[in-house]
This record gives sequence, structure tokens and C-alpha cells, in this order.
Amino acid sequence: MKLSNVLSIKNQVLLRELVVTDFKLRYQGSALGYAWSVLKPLFLFAILYIVFDKFLRLGRDIEHFPVYLLTGIVLWSFFTEATTNGLQSIINRGALIRKINFPKYIIVISGTISSLINLAINLVVVLVFILLNGVELSWWSLLVIPLIIELYIFALAIAFLLAALNVKFRDIGYLWDIFLQAAFYATPILYPLQMVIKESELAAKLMILNPAAQIIQDVRYVLITTDAVRIQDVVEGWKIYIPFVIIVVISVAAILYFRRTSKYFAELV
Amino acid sequence: MTKETAIKVQDLTKTFKIPIEAHSGLKQKMINTLKGRKGYREFTPLKNISFEIEKGDFYGIVGRNGSGKSTLLKSLAGIYTPNNGIVQINGTLVPFIELGVGFNPELSGRENVFLNGALLGFGRKQMEEMYDKIVDFAELHDFMEEKLKNYSSGMQVRLAFSIAIRADADILLLDEVLAVGDEAFQRKCNDYFSRLKKNRKTVILVTHSMDAVQKYCNKALFLDEGQVVFSGNPREVADLYTKQNDIIYANSVTHDVTQDHTSEVIEKKAKYTMKLNAEKKTKDGTARLRQGDMAELDIEWPYKDVRHVGVAFVDELGKDIFSPATFTDGQPDIQGNKLRYRVKLNVSPGTYTFRSVLAGEGGLGIIDRDTTGVDLIVERNSKYTRYVGVTYLEHEWKA
Repeated sequence: MKLSNVLSIKNQVLLRELVVTDFKLRYQGSALGYAWSVLKPLFLFAILYIVFDKFLRLGRDIEHFPVYLLTGIVLWSFFTEATTNGLQSIINRGALIRKINFPKYIIVISGTISSLINLAINLVVVLVFILLNGVELSWWSLLVIPLIIELYIFALAIAFLLAALNVKFRDIGYLWDIFLQAAFYATPILYPLQMVIKESELAAKLMILNPAAQIIQDVRYVLITTDAVRIQDVVEGWKIYIPFVIIVVISVAAILYFRRTSKYFAELV
Repeated sequence: MTKETAIKVQDLTKTFKIPIEAHSGLKQKMINTLKGRKGYREFTPLKNISFEIEKGDFYGIVGRNGSGKSTLLKSLAGIYTPNNGIVQINGTLVPFIELGVGFNPELSGRENVFLNGALLGFGRKQMEEMYDKIVDFAELHDFMEEKLKNYSSGMQVRLAFSIAIRADADILLLDEVLAVGDEAFQRKCNDYFSRLKKNRKTVILVTHSMDAVQKYCNKALFLDEGQVVFSGNPREVADLYTKQNDIIYANSVTHDVTQDHTSEVIEKKAKYTMKLNAEKKTKDGTARLRQGDMAELDIEWPYKDVRHVGVAFVDELGKDIFSPATFTDGQPDIQGNKLRYRVKLNVSPGTYTFRSVLAGEGGLGIIDRDTTGVDLIVERNSKYTRYVGVTYLEHEWKA
């Protein structure tokens, strides 16, 4: 994995073909096809909105709570999908790896890129809802782009680590499923962070250090409402950089581990 | 590495760790760690392989199933990382371990062409330029928009082959491509090989077809049990390979014959016994030794008046190879009721039989004879393959 080769023309072509194939195959044989990438989060949103806004009445004091909720769900779905796809990617391409030598990281990247395309489609839906709700957008809203990049890097790093681990230990997929379930509730997606602060400030502080939480809250802040509690509202000083440090540490570990093990994928998958 | 070298392999060793337990997982890993078990066995399909291929060589690799050919090819292709040794590749290399790598049944023929092309290292533009030629060659004009799963297997092979022959790398690795397709397809394959040969392409061909080896290759390598037995002239390699297969076939035939006589053997053994000491044995108990090994035969008998013993060593056709006796060797009279006979197996590989005869005073009067005998298989030892003939004789040269 020489850095100069990472995006050579040859590898770009291959990456493109793999992404296109993934995308074509994803909704093979379903009547609504690509529409499902939009419908899935919409239905989830409808269910959660009815449960949490109408019955449990969680978001009373937050402006535009339905869109706020939808944004969180869309971002979290991307994170789940990208890491899960990435995790299975190497195993799923086993037949290929055993027959031809090509950079293995292309497989992981292609697995996460189709999730990224889904995210883009979903964000368009979010944007429509934002406009329907009469939220005022400004130039500051463009900060959403670096935040999405941050989220993608975070998901990609985890995908690399898990994909390499999964070749050796096939339990990783199940463990990650359970972990994601727990993380979903440990991240302020369905409920406002204000609620947690009221109960326990320490818990809120710990929660916001999770890069996914930091990103979701920041996106809500720049896109929807200043009611969204950001990391700098909860912790002070250098601690606001902890999510970045976490991402960097996971990325470095993932690159080192993937480089070391990818040589032996062909005989293990 | 000289300028003309295309591939240089030095001391290449590849070992696989094969899990003993059926499932690979964290639980098994933890159990193994706790119990101090390795949890896998090691398997070494390639042992210290060294050879060199020059530019423009049409290089054949032959060997029986399980001899390590595919592992070698995958190591050359960079799919496997060697545990030891060096593989140097000079130039671009495209492997065809299998035709149609990455073909997906749910995609159309057209989409598969582009996907497969990308895997072989073609750019989008290059592919668009040669797409029509590929379709022409495959003769599949009316099917390109159909899903691959609706193709017959012959059509799939034709499509894959049409893409493959476009590959314009410095070195081509071909594994058993000849083994598929009908006669017309085989002819196309032959044309392709002839063209490669004419254009002085560097090609490595793994095959079971000795005709192909002799026709196209200018050099060849014979692989057995993960080691290079012989490399050089393709005709010699083809001869060796054919000979090895003949022996293996003959062995399986003689096995069938001897198994019919098992009842007789037991009956005879009640009288006196012959036991061959060998570590390796086949399933039915036949001893396996290697060329150059010492065979050790223990003979025991229940008779009191045995003074001399003769042992015959015969080949599978019943021809005597070497049959000495204690009397003719000038041995003193035997007093006890057992004897050990040791002989060095300087013979060509194959199935042989030890027979013995018990005689009285002065080597006269046969007391008993074992007509069925004890079988053994002499396996090839790479040190001896340089010689041709049924046996190795002491010899010297003088100029």
C-alpha cells in the first residue's frame, strides 16, 4: 500500500467499477429499487417521530424537532451502514481476492462509498424537510460539509479495522451489531442532550466525547437550530478536541493493522 | 537480476496455517489460548523453490494435483505472500488463475466485461475502444444486454476468454485455461498461444497437457510435493511427468490385484512370517519406502531344521531384480529361527515384492516358501531422478 498508488488511475477505475456494481446489485429485483434508500429512513423517522414526539413528548423545547430528529437518524444510519458494509466487504469479495492481486483497501472504500451515496440522497430529503419547516439557512450551513467528511473518515477508519479483524474472527459482525444497538441509545439521537444534562452532567460530558455524537450535534447546530447542544457547550478547554483525537487514534490503528494483515487475506478468506 | 530476467524466484517457501477446529472465531481462539493449543496445523505446499524465467520464455509448470502448482502461480501473481524467499517480477504481470474473475451473474454481459476489464487493469477508455472487438470475438452480439446468469457456461467462457486475450501485460500467467470449452474454443486457445509464442511474450503456463508443454514451451519445470524435481527441456519434463503418472497408475492396479489374494497371505503367514519394517504405510498396510532407503525384512519360522534363507526381490511383473541367498553369499549355517535381511533400494520407483525361501543344510531341500510375499512401494527420491533405468549400478567414468 504505497501512498502514491492509493488513487492511481488503475485503482480509480477499479474503485469506480466496484462501486457501480455494488449500487446496481443492491436493489436487484425490488419493485421500488433506489427509492428504498430514501424510503427506509423516512419510515424509521415516521415511527420514531410518532413514538418520541407525540407519545413521549421529548422534544418540546427544541425548535424544529422533527427535522432535528430526522437529521440525527440519517447520519446515524449512514454510520451504521458504512461500518457494517465495510466490515463484511473483504469476506464478501473472498472469491476475487483468491484469484487476483489488487489493493485490498479498494474493497473497503467501495463498500463505504455506496453508503456515502445513500447519505447524499438522504441529505437531499433532509434539505427538503428543512425548507418545508421554514428553517433559515445561511452560509454557515456549509460547515455541514467538513462535518460530513469527519463522519466519513470516522466510519471508514472503523470499517478498515473491523474488515481486517473479521477475516480472522468471524464473530466481529455479531459483536458490532450489538455494539451499534447500544451506541444508538448512548448517542443523543432520539432525545435532546439537554435532558441528559438535567439528569447527570457527567453522563452528558462523556456522551458528547463520542465523535458520532459530536458530529450529529454540530450538524444540527449549523443546519437546523442553535438549540442543539454542541461539545463546547458541555466541556471546556482542550477536552473539546477529544473526538478528533479518538478519530486520529482509530485511523492510525486501522491503517497499521490493515496494512499488516492484508497480505494474508487471500489465504484466510 | 539481469536485464533479460522476467521472473526470479529464490528459496520460495509457503506455509499455510490450517485451522483444526471447524469454526474460526474468538471463542475458539480463547479456548485454544487457555489450553495452550495451537489450533492449527501447518501445511507447506512450496519448499525452497528456486528458478528463473527469462524474457520471451514460454515456461511450462507441470505436476500432479496437489504438487503445489497453483500455490506457486498464486505466489508469482502476488496473491499469496511468501513466508520465505524472494519473488522478483520484472515488468507488468496479469494472472489468469481463472477465466472471468469477478463475473457476477446478476449483471449484464456488457457490465461484466467492464468489471472484468477493470480487474485486469484496463482503463475505461481502453475498454470502450476494444469492447466491439471483444464482442465480435466472443460471437455474443445478441446477448450483451442480458444477465450473465442466462448465459450457458460455454458462452461465459467465450466472453471471459475474449477479454483475457486483450491483456497486454509483459508477463502472462495462465492456469489450466485449456481445460475448458469445446473443440472450436480449444482451437482458438491454440491460435492464441501460437500468437503469444510468435510475439515472444513471456508466458507461464500451468497445465496437465504434455502436448501443450511440448508444443509451446521452450522451458518447463516439474513440481512434486512442493519441490522442483527437474527444470529445463520441456520434452524431458513431459517424459518424467508421464512416467510418474504411469507408475502411480500401475501401483493402483497392482494394489487391486494383491488385495484379491489377502486370504492366501493369511494362510501362509500361519506357517512362517515375513515383516518389513517401514514407518510409512498405505491404508492397507503396504510399506512405503523411498529410493535409496535401506529396506529391513524380518523373517521368522517355526521349523527347527532351517539352515539357509533366500530372499527374492521382484518387480510388479514378477521379474527378479536381485535375489541373493545366505548359502551363495557364503554365510554360515543358521542356528536360530529368525533372520534379518537388509538391502539398499537402488531401484526405480514402483511396486515390488519380497519373497523368501527356507532351505536345509547346504542350501538343499526346500523346507517352505512364501509365494505371495510382502509388497512394498518404492517412492521417488529426487536425488535419483537424474538416472534412467530400473536400477542404480555402481559405476565410474574414465577419460
